[in-house]
Amino acid sequence: MEKFTTLQDTAVPLEVENIDTDQIIPARFLKATDKAGFGENLFKDWRFDKEGKPVEDFTLNQDQYSGSILIAGNNFGCGSSREHAAWALKAYGFKVVVSSYFADIFKGNALNNGLLPVQVSPEFLDELFLAIKKDNKESFKVDLENQKIEMLSSGKSENFAIDPYKKTCLINGFDDIDFLVSKLDAIKKFEEKQTQMREAAIQ
Amino acid sequence: MKKTLFDKIWDAHVVESIPDGPDILYIDQHLIHEVTSPQAFNELKEREIPVFRPNKIVATADHNTPTENQHLPVKDLLSRKQLKELSQNCEENNITLYGLGHPYNGIVHVMAPELGITQPGKTMVCGDSHTSTHGAFGAIAFGIGTSQVTQVFASQCLLVEKPKRLRVNVNGELKKGVTPKDVILYVISKLGTNSGTGYFCEYAGDVFENMSMEGRMTVCNMSIEMGARGGLIAPDQTTYDYVEGREFAPKGEEFDKLKAYWETLRTDDGAEFDQEYSFDAEDIEPMITYGTNPGMGIKITGAIPVEGGKSDAKALSYMGFKPGESLIDKPINYIFIGSCTNSRIEDFRMAASYIKGKKKAENVNALIVPGSRQVAAQIQEEGLDKVFEEAGFRLRQPGCSACLAMNDDKIPEGEYCVSTSNRNFEGRQGQGSRTILASPLTAAATAVAGKITDFTKSLN
Ligand code: SF4
Repeated sequence: MEKFTTLQDTAVPLEVENIDTDQIIPARFLKATDKAGFGENLFKDWRFDKEGKPVEDFTLNQDQYSGSILIAGNNFGCGSSREHAAWALKAYGFKVVVSSYFADIFKGNALNNGLLPVQVSPEFLDELFLAIKKDNKESFKVDLENQKIEMLSSGKSENFAIDPYKKTCLINGFDDIDFLVSKLDAIKKFEEKQTQMREAAIQ
Repeated sequence: MKKTLFDKIWDAHVVESIPDGPDILYIDQHLIHEVTSPQAFNELKEREIPVFRPNKIVATADHNTPTENQHLPVKDLLSRKQLKELSQNCEENNITLYGLGHPYNGIVHVMAPELGITQPGKTMVCGDSHTSTHGAFGAIAFGIGTSQVTQVFASQCLLVEKPKRLRVNVNGELKKGVTPKDVILYVISKLGTNSGTGYFCEYAGDVFENMSMEGRMTVCNMSIEMGARGGLIAPDQTTYDYVEGREFAPKGEEFDKLKAYWETLRTDDGAEFDQEYSFDAEDIEPMITYGTNPGMGIKITGAIPVEGGKSDAKALSYMGFKPGESLIDKPINYIFIGSCTNSRIEDFRMAASYIKGKKKAENVNALIVPGSRQVAAQIQEEGLDKVFEEAGFRLRQPGCSACLAMNDDKIPEGEYCVSTSNRNFEGRQGQGSRTILASPLTAAATAVAGKITDFTKSLN
């Protein structure tokens, strides 16, 4: 997995609450059997109209906004467990998603793909939206080591929480699979214990 | 220490706790399907890691399958390729697959319980958020992403933080025409779509105790719709009666002994929850949704709330509804009875008992999709197929179908569909489709009337 330490970049605002994974990547694009190519279908039905023309007032289509940080409304990523949502955001070029709330499964999927979910307070989220409305070139600094997100122009910042284990994984580019495989002996012991308990119970 | 049902099962499955980090949780049963497994198999292959416990995995094909002519090769090439990869992956890794056409094939959350694979006290996962369904048996069951599918393949374990404990109590007696679907839509409408985030939810109280297993599955299924990782209900005689005698259930003396263990799986008196809510059964009426998330629900005779935030306005404009409006008499051209929420035999009995002797309205396209081959067979055995046919409903072959519209079963743009599925997100049932979530009874009544109607008046 790609390492993540700090990122300084501009952001794209998407001021909609409860954005579900069906919007991030609609089900009809889930027929692929590899992880490539989901970026072009990110937010497909919000980005393009029926004729395939870009929808002008959708922020991802507006030239004035760019950058690898997506700032979204409350409760981002609810709904389906499809990891394709994280793959699509990543493939499109996002490295960080900021919201005041993330759905559990999405958050896990993002972290497993080196996409950092940054959960801020609703008040700070409002400030971020305001800042970017005022100046679309506003830069943000996301510092994973110090768990801090900062608006560079004003220097206003907020700390965010992250599971310490997950933080170590991201900073070093480790993933859970290698770790679990290194634990197979302990897992086999657990299985033996479980079988014994089951046998004891049914004797 | 006093423990909750959830704690008891969780704690019995912790292989190791990482200091300051997640638990290594052992998974007893892994279910897979064609859409969220191919990338996980590829990852394993690339890393040259074998599947650790193939006998703890069962596969089905459901999301991407046609509901007509299942005996013929699948027309859509991408779907066909995805199904073929599932077969190949299962074969190469010695995993049992109940593919298209197999008598055990069906939606993963319908087939596993009816085969007795789902049992109290187990930990179960699947790359599908509605895995919460299996919690109805007093199991810890939750949906996972594809990276986690890979982890379970590689180690039969997951690294997960233990969720917090939530309990939802509903006590009293349900009114006539109020079904388990209405109960859960009511709860979500009261609590909202993210109230459960970070929690595992236990449902308690006499309403759930008196519910059938099918009803409990409908309730637990939609736990994810209030953001909870999963939901569960303590096992009792109803659970044991359902499990006993099924294909993969323990048999004879082993069953009795295990039952004695299952009986210990209940929340201790005085055990603490991090959050608790209580509702009265008498307050619940048949429910429908009016917006684009499952929390936007009202009683069928109610009005769309006038107050609403920015997202409400966006949702209402997508749905073509106005604040303050009642949906009674709104013409409806599509109804869908199916999905892992409501495609078990009881759901079709409920719909058929209303439809019997009536005809669907001319304007209505009524799609009926059983959750599994076994349910389909039972529909025929009980003669329900005749009831549906005579009333003009189309009975299809099993699968997820119009719940997520990955196959050809799509609701056209702009059309309303009263659907027994679980999500009313924008475009969920096809691009531009407008979904109104409801119970099988409400869907059946809508189909007969051709519009949303207060059918409770006509129930005797
Ligand atoms: S029926 Fe719908 S919700 Fe259930 S597993 Fe299939 S797609 Fe998911």
